[in-house]
Amino acid sequence: MFSLEQLKKSLLVSLWFAFLTFPLLVIKVDPIERTVQWRWENMALVAVGSFLISLLVRLFFIHQERRRERKTVENLVERMPLMQLVLSEPRYLYPLSGAVLLCSLIFPFLFSTYQTNIMITALMYVMLGLGLNIVVGLAGLLDLGYVAFYAVGAYSYALLNYHFDLGFWMALPIGALLAALFGVLLGFPVLRLRGDYLAIVTLGFGEIIRLILENWNDFSQGPSGISNIPRPGFFGIELSLEGAILYLYYIMIAMVVFTIFVVNRLQDSRIGRAWIALREDEIACQAMGIDKRKTKLTAFALGATWAGMVGVIFAAKTTFINPASFTFLESAIILCIVVLGGMGSIFGVIVGALILILLPEYLRALSDYRMLAFGAVLVTMMIFRPQGVMANIRRSYQFKSNSEGDGR
Amino acid sequence: MSKPVLQVDGLSMDFGGIRAMCELDLEVHQGQIVALIGPNGAGKTTFFNCVTGIYNPTEGNVFLNPPDGSKAIRLNGLKPNLVTEKGMARTFQNIRLFQKMTVLENVMIGRHCRTSSYIFGAVFKTGATRREERETVEKSYRILQKVGLESAVNELAENLPYGAQRRLEIARALATEPFLLLLDEPAAGMNPQETQELDDLIKRIRDEGHSILLIEHDMKLVMSLSDKIYVVDYGRKIAEGTPQAVSSDPAVIKAYLGEDIDA
Repeated sequence: MFSLEQLKKSLLVSLWFAFLTFPLLVIKVDPIERTVQWRWENMALVAVGSFLISLLVRLFFIHQERRRERKTVENLVERMPLMQLVLSEPRYLYPLSGAVLLCSLIFPFLFSTYQTNIMITALMYVMLGLGLNIVVGLAGLLDLGYVAFYAVGAYSYALLNYHFDLGFWMALPIGALLAALFGVLLGFPVLRLRGDYLAIVTLGFGEIIRLILENWNDFSQGPSGISNIPRPGFFGIELSLEGAILYLYYIMIAMVVFTIFVVNRLQDSRIGRAWIALREDEIACQAMGIDKRKTKLTAFALGATWAGMVGVIFAAKTTFINPASFTFLESAIILCIVVLGGMGSIFGVIVGALILILLPEYLRALSDYRMLAFGAVLVTMMIFRPQGVMANIRRSYQFKSNSEGDGR
Repeated sequence: MSKPVLQVDGLSMDFGGIRAMCELDLEVHQGQIVALIGPNGAGKTTFFNCVTGIYNPTEGNVFLNPPDGSKAIRLNGLKPNLVTEKGMARTFQNIRLFQKMTVLENVMIGRHCRTSSYIFGAVFKTGATRREERETVEKSYRILQKVGLESAVNELAENLPYGAQRRLEIARALATEPFLLLLDEPAAGMNPQETQELDDLIKRIRDEGHSILLIEHDMKLVMSLSDKIYVVDYGRKIAEGTPQAVSSDPAVIKAYLGEDIDA
């Protein structure tokens, strides 16, 4: 089954892993007792484990290779993967999404407040992911400073509430609008840029916003942040902590449904097609009569709008914000969600967000090795499915043959 | 004779110290097929890029005279998307399709500048948007029928065979409703049969009332199609006239056609 060559390769992999994990897993320094513990058994485990996993991976690739060969030999009609089939057929899609919605509606009654709280965070990232998906996935503009708009939303609620006593529902559209304004503000200078250059400018923009918030004490209260931000009000009724979380959870569900609805409509519309054309080929896109400026700016503005809304919700959820919540790492995670989920695919981004946010939470059982396992999952994902959980499928149209007559 | 639909006067283009194109004059009349030929690097594609707004020419003027008799439009300095909106569409020498979009969507993109629905319409699917969208799909499908790609509407553009990709580029350009079509080496890389089909297609497009300016290396195709030929070399025009006149012009034979005719 395996040749000697492959066994040798797997052996090398396991040695390499044993070496890499040596400082983390083998040496344990006890600073109080002033002793060093050598846990060689861990190294043995890693070596054997990685050897077996690497063999499994090889087996998978061999299997895949065989299947591909068989396919070309028999010249099969290309079969759609099950997931795509389910998602492209309304017959399956509607009951499925109905079931998912129902599950999410009764979720808080089945699980603890703690779980509900985690789910709220996950849903926030679903929204952020879908927002960034417009900019990165559809329009192909690599934005590494997305967190800036998130911060704009959060601070606009916090500050408007602090100074003018504005409520959550008033702040939500204002935060979204302000973020969109900042999106256009970022959009103008980067209209001519593409790819790496664009990424660096947006990265800088994200940092500028964070640094302003950190250093302009009179405006944002600096690193100490703003506290006592009220939770969303429920027609003026004071809610208990649990009630407030439950309420926020349902707000999030509604917002996510709204987001999916809007993004879904947008991506198969005139403007959505223009975004994708811009991503595919900028010169051809212009030559086909699409205004590059307008298209780019709408993508930035719309993407930012969603970040702004989630920002407001974030401020309301945590009741305290400071600039430390809006570091580059956040942008990276949101970008990860989009890439891991599948650029341009709504379903993919949702799954991506759930994986990336829920996994670290539920991996807490692994305590110290939590992030290690998380990293391993990411790496494996990208090796086996570089296109993400779910690649974007384009809408297909049905025509009756010769319905329009034979040309002119 | 009526005004030419495309009128180029003394067009020059410098790249730094290099003059890629020198005082080129060119006219395309309504319903004509005009060819621009010349050896590699003669400045043909530069000419296209200047005319369509990708480059801003150093000197000279480009005018469009819409065949419906409305006012002449000066194209210098206009952005490519506006040039297309005014009624002149182009294809590219190295195919520039939107690879990850379907064939139909590629053509629908061409309708972008003839439609107007925006975010609000897209999200709420207003009546106007629905109507516009239906019209876009129908018109795009009809254009695809015209170029013979109606069986591949839902195929991704990148999965099409080479000749079909070239035809799709033409279909996409036609979708912008141009009165003047600029084709940059449409037959490059095609086999003789595909070239013959292309010949028919271009004639059909002309017969529908479009004027065509084309760059091409395939002499058989150029001789069969063109009403008028311009020959450029080193950025200068060295000859112009009917196919017969050009092919017997000594300057042209010297620069370009020599072997071809002797063979």
